[in-house]
Amino acid sequence: MTPKYRVLTCLVMLAAVSGFAGCGKKKVASLPDTPPPIAAPAPTAQLTATPTTITAGDQVVLSWRTTDATNISIDGVGDVPSSGVKTVTPTTSTSYHLVARGDGGSADATTRVTVNAVQVAVAVPQDSSASTMSADEMFRANVQDIFFDYDAYDVRADAASALSKAAAYLASNSGVKVLIGGYCDERGSNEYNLTLGQSRANSVKQALVQAGIAESRLRVVSYGKEKPFCAESTEECWQQNRRAGFTIDR
Amino acid sequence: MTGTPLLSAQQDWVRTGSNLADQRIRLAAADFKPVGADPQTPLLKASFDATLMSDLANAGIFDMVSKSLMPTATPGAPAEINLATWAATPANASMVAFGALSTTNGRLSVYGWVFDAKNPGSPQVLGKQYNELANQDNARMVAHRFADEIIARLGGGVNGICETKLYFVSARTGSKEIWVMDYDGQNQHIVTRLGSISLSPRVSPDNSRLAFSSIGKEGWTIRMFSLELGRPVNFPGGVAGGSNLSPAWSGDGTKVAFSSSRSGDPEIWVADASGANLRKLTAFHGPDVSPTWNPRTNSQIAWVSGRTGLPQIYVMDQDGGNIVRMTDGGYAISPSWSPSGQFLAFSWNRKYGPGAPGGQDIYVMDIASLKWIQLTHDAGSNDFPSWSPDGRHLVFERTVGGHTEIWTMLADGTEQHELTHSGKNFMPNWSWK
Repeated sequence: MTPKYRVLTCLVMLAAVSGFAGCGKKKVASLPDTPPPIAAPAPTAQLTATPTTITAGDQVVLSWRTTDATNISIDGVGDVPSSGVKTVTPTTSTSYHLVARGDGGSADATTRVTVNAVQVAVAVPQDSSASTMSADEMFRANVQDIFFDYDAYDVRADAASALSKAAAYLASNSGVKVLIGGYCDERGSNEYNLTLGQSRANSVKQALVQAGIAESRLRVVSYGKEKPFCAESTEECWQQNRRAGFTIDR
Repeated sequence: MTGTPLLSAQQDWVRTGSNLADQRIRLAAADFKPVGADPQTPLLKASFDATLMSDLANAGIFDMVSKSLMPTATPGAPAEINLATWAATPANASMVAFGALSTTNGRLSVYGWVFDAKNPGSPQVLGKQYNELANQDNARMVAHRFADEIIARLGGGVNGICETKLYFVSARTGSKEIWVMDYDGQNQHIVTRLGSISLSPRVSPDNSRLAFSSIGKEGWTIRMFSLELGRPVNFPGGVAGGSNLSPAWSGDGTKVAFSSSRSGDPEIWVADASGANLRKLTAFHGPDVSPTWNPRTNSQIAWVSGRTGLPQIYVMDQDGGNIVRMTDGGYAISPSWSPSGQFLAFSWNRKYGPGAPGGQDIYVMDIASLKWIQLTHDAGSNDFPSWSPDGRHLVFERTVGGHTEIWTMLADGTEQHELTHSGKNFMPNWSWK
């Protein structure tokens, strides 16, 4: 799916939301003599963050779902569609507050993310060498998963910081080769998801190549929905599984 | 006529095209008569009787007389049958299958007949004799053979499917391996032992080789397993980098189409059955996967493409030209081309999207008219339909509450039966004969 298509999808969704709102108002305004419509149902709202505790610099996936609301916003994020997901990177502990307003009233939901300061691993020195993170730990701290929208394999704008961090790490560790794995959520066919995972891993590879990493250091493999990170049928889990993950290619 | 007119009208074309006659033959399958006192006989007879009854009931062309309505006498030979009692109420049989079964010196012997109950002057329609080593597998096999004879004779010459096999993926050993079972779910055996993930089994039209996709050090490759040699054989075209997925045999067994991302983007490629003479058919940005040949002409391929966003079903000529989009939206995957060339079966979620929990269901589309009919309703998530060689049945996978199992149904969506019951079993493929 191209970025253009995604923008189009958003526009369609926004149009749908505002369209419903317009219809509701128009009905009331243009038919003043008819009996008042049955009271609109009260909105409902759910908001979750995954994970709820992170280390500064890590990503959190916000996922929300509302019903019977025409106007939905999240403090600090702005207006949002009636349901969706967004990746955020809070630097300090943050409470995310969602308000859903509709003809039947309003509802809100709150979720809190605890952000711990980056801790430089200080192990008790066993010998004379300086204690640092192991190569694997350094890799994991710097080269982190890239998340994707559903049925999409273009790299999202919010992945830019993770990608540039990964590129910077790989640029200064020129001996490290990387295996990029493409993953999908459980929905849809095994076969189609394997091609989707391939395209996700490939998109990330191309982004790193554009950032100056040699193509020969980057290998891609698709896991489709064969090796899920989590197994729940929820949007939170699906978002966790729609990703490109990195391992050192030895 | 029963049912709503709309539903009947919709089902008419699919029933006609899949040889499912509206008027089913009223058939009685009598319990076979045990002959002799060999201790093996009762158990073999129980397997034979149950298999024959189930095969004929599964065929989709018979109205089976329930055992409780049959005459109590068990005829073991033409001289022993009183046809009038079978033709009369309550059995009202048009045809009667009956016979005798015995075991002697470790050999199973079966005599079977089909008589036309409405033609007492010259009743014999079929008479068959079988002799095999006496064991449970052979008792079932003989029943399958006799059932296929009956189905071919009474079902307009279309061969039955009782001796066909279903290949599928099972995770029951911990790794995802290819398995095989009889068409009725009996006799399940593991085929591959690669210890990794093997998917998309597709058996060759002559039942000699099995193509599938497996992940290893080189990523996903198309692999070949010789069912005659019982071991993997080379398929050089399926190994060249990128993900190589979802193989599909042409109906004449000379070519294999599959998806490969060796050139960057996942596209449909075709190789000879030897794995040589590779060429790329599609060239459009977006995933292309899950090809299936028109098995009647071998001149067209249907497949899944995400070139416009959500995956849709397309059809093209075998040289990659003349592309036609078949589905008008939603999330359409896993096409299977019917043996007659007339239909595509596939999995479709017509309301796919965020916040739209539509069902993933099996559909059949008439290719010429683009008319379609939904076969599964409100029962889990359904995928990977595969046609039986007689065109009357489909096998598919259904996931309910996190459990994926293999099911069959008639091509009009009726008579859905679960074939596997434990472990994760999925991606079924019906053998060609």
